[in-house]
Amino acid sequence: MSDLRTIPHISCNAIAKRYGSQTILDNISLEIPKGEFVSLIGPSGCGKSTLLKCISGLLPLSSGEISVDGMTPRNARELTSFIFQDPTLLPWRTVERNLTLGLELDGVARDRRKEKARELLSLVGLTHVARAYPRQLSGGMKMRVSIARALASRPQVLLMDEPFAALDEMSRDRMNEELMRLRDEQKWTAVFVTHSVAEAVFLSTRIIVLSAHPGRIARDLPIPLPFPRTAATRSSNAYEALVSQVSRALREGMQS
Amino acid sequence: MNRTLQRLLVQLLNALLVFSALMGLWYFIIWWRHMPAFMLPSPLQVLQSAIARRGELFASFLITAEEAAGGLLASIIAGIAIALVFAQSRWMRSTLYPYTILLQTVPIIAVAPLILMWVGYGSSSVLLIAFIICLPPIIANTTQGLVSVEENLVQLFNMHNASGAQVLFKLRLPHAMPSLFTGIRISAGISLIGAITGELFAGSNRVGEGGLGYSILYAMAQVETDYLFALVAACTVLGFTFFFLAMFAEWFALHNWHESARASDSTEN
Repeated sequence: MSDLRTIPHISCNAIAKRYGSQTILDNISLEIPKGEFVSLIGPSGCGKSTLLKCISGLLPLSSGEISVDGMTPRNARELTSFIFQDPTLLPWRTVERNLTLGLELDGVARDRRKEKARELLSLVGLTHVARAYPRQLSGGMKMRVSIARALASRPQVLLMDEPFAALDEMSRDRMNEELMRLRDEQKWTAVFVTHSVAEAVFLSTRIIVLSAHPGRIARDLPIPLPFPRTAATRSSNAYEALVSQVSRALREGMQS
Repeated sequence: MNRTLQRLLVQLLNALLVFSALMGLWYFIIWWRHMPAFMLPSPLQVLQSAIARRGELFASFLITAEEAAGGLLASIIAGIAIALVFAQSRWMRSTLYPYTILLQTVPIIAVAPLILMWVGYGSSSVLLIAFIICLPPIIANTTQGLVSVEENLVQLFNMHNASGAQVLFKLRLPHAMPSLFTGIRISAGISLIGAITGELFAGSNRVGEGGLGYSILYAMAQVETDYLFALVAACTVLGFTFFFLAMFAEWFALHNWHESARASDSTEN
């Protein structure tokens, strides 16, 4: 297990992203071993979402290269799932049929999809709204559907772009705990973009602080909090200390 | 439930009151200005003529309904097809869209004689005229619906390496449905204007038989003013029928999921 963790699952080699004369990301090199949960944090305009979209292959790079499980990001899509900032549910589909959209696009047979939908619904505790339409759900429930949909294809890499930004603090904390529970079960490698230091510390094994204009890696901080992480984790001294350490690093990153 | 019933009764009563007031005004004008029946027949005379000539009236009603519905259906099919072409690229839209506006701005009355010259008298010309004026709203609304899909949803499909057909049939077309129905609602109303205008020009291939527009001209020439009023009332009934059919189709297709198509709904949270 320990040697497995040292193999980079995602590696970015001197990547840059430019739009015309504007440099969004500049010379970013990053190696993420299997099973790590890495948060990208930084001021707006630091390109953290852009970096995530590059890792997913949704945006082409200007230079450098990224490999995911030894493949190009585009070829690695089958083992990668992306969770967007908004739930991106199709309003004309029921919860159940939203969950299996990805499987449907991948050509999975109907019976298998039904079975998978049942499994996912119970995984995220949404069995009672299987037949509901998205408009009937609260923001937190929609996001849970979105997460369950991303997990449907059993991804090895999970990329998340501020998925809980629109939720109130209480639902956000609850979703964070749920995400940790799912991670324990499924062991994916995660890259998570967020604005919230508290959230990043709670979730991550490692936090990358980016500075803006152009986006560069300012700090690379390990988060050695023990697992499993639960609501109790937030009241530990170690957690508090890490939150203030990351906040400080973020402020320094903004000044530089 | 009781309250709903009560509200419904009050509404009905209000409608009845307004209707009686209008009828009263009508009779009052006839009495006050000493209107002869050939200028302004009484509501009763109109009703009597409608009943006496109900077969003929209903035949005209059906002819106009068929022409308008035919034009509308054809415009829905052609409109969706054209919108699909427009949705392919911005270049296509900017190049071809001005012609849609041209189609919309040319007064149909001005073009009707040309169509008559090319297609000839009768229902086909009328249907074509209805088709032409129904087309622009369908094209414009459907195109808008097809291209206004959120970028994140497209990227979600891209993450699954979705094919162009999958993006079209599972994302763009369903997303365009509410807009398409908005277009249909608009076109359902103007299809009748198209058909009746068309009939004023294109008339019928048989003397004395034709749609409502043709019969209106005929009744005017014969100074059958009571029947002319009955024909106008039939046009109104037809308009209501089209409007409610379009509304019902929209409700039927969208009420499960779309905000605009549901009257009341209890949502959780």
